[in-house]
Amino acid sequence: MARTDVQLMLDVKAGDEASFDFLLQKYRSPLVNFLNRMVRDQATAEDLAQEVFLRVYRARKQYTPSAKFTTWLFRIATNLALNSVRDNRHNRMGVSIDGGADGDDSPPLELKAREMRIDERMIERDRVEIIRRAIWSLPEKQRAAVLLHKYEEMDYGEIAGILDCSEGALKSMLFRAYETLRVELAPLVTQAAPISRSGREGRPS
Amino acid sequence: MKCEDVEKGLIAFVDERATAAERRDVESHLAGCAVCRARVQELRGVSNLLGELPAIEPSFGFDARVRQRVAAEPQPGWFAWLVPQARLALSAAMLVALTVWMVKWPANRTVGPAPAAAPAAAASSDQDFEAVKDLGVLENYDVVTNMDALSQLVPAKRPQAPKPDANQTESND
Repeated sequence: MARTDVQLMLDVKAGDEASFDFLLQKYRSPLVNFLNRMVRDQATAEDLAQEVFLRVYRARKQYTPSAKFTTWLFRIATNLALNSVRDNRHNRMGVSIDGGADGDDSPPLELKAREMRIDERMIERDRVEIIRRAIWSLPEKQRAAVLLHKYEEMDYGEIAGILDCSEGALKSMLFRAYETLRVELAPLVTQAAPISRSGREGRPS
Repeated sequence: MKCEDVEKGLIAFVDERATAAERRDVESHLAGCAVCRARVQELRGVSNLLGELPAIEPSFGFDARVRQRVAAEPQPGWFAWLVPQARLALSAAMLVALTVWMVKWPANRTVGPAPAAAPAAAASSDQDFEAVKDLGVLENYDVVTNMDALSQLVPAKRPQAPKPDANQTESND
């Protein structure tokens, strides 16, 4: 029977380094993706993800399973991301205006390169970039709420716990965020997706 | 229901996480509101669009960097158990010291200067006495020693004035 995250973390607390490695393997990709979408820079996202794992490891002796492990994990990640975004707000604004060198951090596009014509790739790249920019245009907390809701597929209670707000406040926040996205992405919503693909990076089960 | 009343529940309705009651409320509203029906369709489109965003993979060496940083963390040694006890002991010692100081302080404040001041006052009284006693112009020593002005000058302690010799007084007379 597979151990739960909480059990794994309790094993880490007891000194089992292999359990920490298991958690690292399980959450490395969701964390890096979440942080990458928050800070829009893969190198920064990976630095922050490393910091998240380090903090989890440092806190192992004090760990008590008072909440879901993912709530704790993503709360650390969200706080780090929000601080990073606020610290680098001015730099990031400059990057987003001139197009940003970080728009090319999409290995999956390269994997599909042989299957797609150049014009299809350009159209898709444009669509992806527009979606990225729309998400990036959201206020930080709304962005975190959308990412946790859409990509991590967390329930409202867990997201509210991570963002330290009530479920009602979260629902209002999500509605405002999706309304902004609806306006920003209106031109794309009416178009059919050129290529069917699932870009979801849901949490591992 | 008005549009504003169902707004908060629209996202849960679109992503099919609404409760049965929320779902009923939204469906009831949508049946009579073309604007919200269109909005729901667009929100579904947004949700699908977000699904197009590709995922990335952590770069090669990510795990190794995490493990390296974890390995560099100081491991708790055999003396780690001492740390909480040491803090507790220090706190207790500081508490005891503070208590002792607070108990002693008022006493020190009143008792402290007294031993130094008492001999000085006594010496001063003796000098005054000698000065008064030696004044040749005085005709009656009792009058001088009982003067109010002098008793006010030396209120703390008046040295026991030697009983004037009756013979000497008489001879002065």
